[in-house]
Amino acid sequence: MGRAVAVIGTGQTKHGRRDDLSYPDLVREAVKKVFEDAGITPKDVDGVVYGSMPSMMEGMAYNHFYFADALRVVGKPLLRTETCGSTGQSVAHTAIHWIASGMADVVLAVASEKEHEGDAQATMMTILEPFLMVTIGGAPVAFSLQSREWMGYYHIDDDKAREAASIVSVDSHDGGLKNPLAHIRVKLTKEDVSKAPIITYPVRLYDVCPTSDGACAVIFASEEKAKKICKKPAWVKGIGFRGEEYFIGDSNKAVWQSTIEASKEAYKEAGITNPLKELDVAEVYNPFSYQELMFLECLGLCPPGEAPDYVIKGTFSPGGELPCDPSGGVLCTNPIGAAGLIRVAEAALQVTGKAGEHQVEGAKLALSHAMGGAEQFNGITILGSEL
Amino acid sequence: MAEKYKLIKDLVRMEIVDFTFPKKEYRTGRHDTVLPYNWALGPTWTRFFDGLKEGKIFGTRCKKCNKVLVPARTFCPSCYEDMEEWIELPQEGSVETWCLVNYKYYGQVKKPPYIIGQIRLDKANCSLTHFIGGFDLSDPDKVRRKMKTVSRVKAVWSKEKHGDIYDIAYFKPI
Repeated sequence: MGRAVAVIGTGQTKHGRRDDLSYPDLVREAVKKVFEDAGITPKDVDGVVYGSMPSMMEGMAYNHFYFADALRVVGKPLLRTETCGSTGQSVAHTAIHWIASGMADVVLAVASEKEHEGDAQATMMTILEPFLMVTIGGAPVAFSLQSREWMGYYHIDDDKAREAASIVSVDSHDGGLKNPLAHIRVKLTKEDVSKAPIITYPVRLYDVCPTSDGACAVIFASEEKAKKICKKPAWVKGIGFRGEEYFIGDSNKAVWQSTIEASKEAYKEAGITNPLKELDVAEVYNPFSYQELMFLECLGLCPPGEAPDYVIKGTFSPGGELPCDPSGGVLCTNPIGAAGLIRVAEAALQVTGKAGEHQVEGAKLALSHAMGGAEQFNGITILGSEL
Repeated sequence: MAEKYKLIKDLVRMEIVDFTFPKKEYRTGRHDTVLPYNWALGPTWTRFFDGLKEGKIFGTRCKKCNKVLVPARTFCPSCYEDMEEWIELPQEGSVETWCLVNYKYYGQVKKPPYIIGQIRLDKANCSLTHFIGGFDLSDPDKVRRKMKTVSRVKAVWSKEKHGDIYDIAYFKPI
């Protein structure tokens, strides 16, 4: 993988509806925090990576130009990376590659979204060309189709999948209650979730992530710099990323190759052979509770077709063998472009013992993940407390 | 130009029920961007859409892996070979997955409720994304029970055809 890379600081905004701030001010809120957390100044940074959803989300092409000052990028190199929902992972990977290659020592990675300024579903419609695939436009459609494909492929009973999805939603929302920066902070019961209004059957209201404004910033550093600057860095143990064909019907999405292959690559690099046993916590991208069930399988955390059983017996719940999304996950906070980088930041907080009330006791190895496109991309970053 | 914009807006815009800027302490500035585009569909999709206008569903076959893909493709996504052999596909197929859309959003192509399905047409090696319909969709529980019994579907054509994907109105259970 090249040189060792570490996370030496993270910063997140308070996520939610942030009409109180202009977009550059929102980005600045995260950037200020990351510099405070890392204890360095912009002078120490060699380059900046930025990403968001398509700029149509907020109605301005090249929004990173608008944030140049907030990103502290004046006089520095700037890269933009975007892969839809997995943007945050791609932004992190770009920074990691930059340092691992030896071309930079300290890189600031920032991702953001201000979804309330536009119309998130409308922006989603523009991700597909308008002639052939537009019918599945709008995220819930693509991912509900995929959930049902998965249920059909493994002959998973509707009621069992429903129960497991409800547990995922309840656990995530419990996490959100413990995370002061989360957007949705509400106590839900399994019944609240399973009786909520239908959005795209089988997906109901609390199976779906919110529309959020928020930004996340992470500073990555080379081994030498990290050891010099940071008392307790979170080391990058492995990364993986895979893409798939454009047309959603071209491949089986129940056995989701891009998730499987991306995680295999990351595990190999991290020297992980039994992820369920070896990982202490996972920040799985879960914009839809049903989708998290699929991810648990495709990330190799339980056998294919058995995620509902594992979820129902509490394997991925707080206090279980591998707690997932203690931060509340995407189900509670979804500034889309930032959501993948928030997973990385949360994984870093966990392995450095800085996650506060949602800390998983003694976590040393954490997986972070995000997915993007119409079931097209998957990215993984694994962080550990030891080099 | 204004007329053209209006036309595009009328085509794509539906009533947005739950999208309003609330009253708040700080100002927001309203700004809309509506841009017209003309996308080149090239020879492959032109022929595919011409086929739909004639009530035919065309796929193309890869000479290397033999896969038949629909909508027709210029090249095979896995082999990168030209796909020059045109195949008229049967208008029946199996439902691989489906979902019932029960909420409204901007840019939606149809008024909810509607069902989107992945339909594997006989002789095709991939599934086609399209509507499933022809029965009452007002009660989600009834739809769920009905769809449990549906495995095969058949294309129903629109009365008026415009040479686009909506020339197929939907696929109905058989």
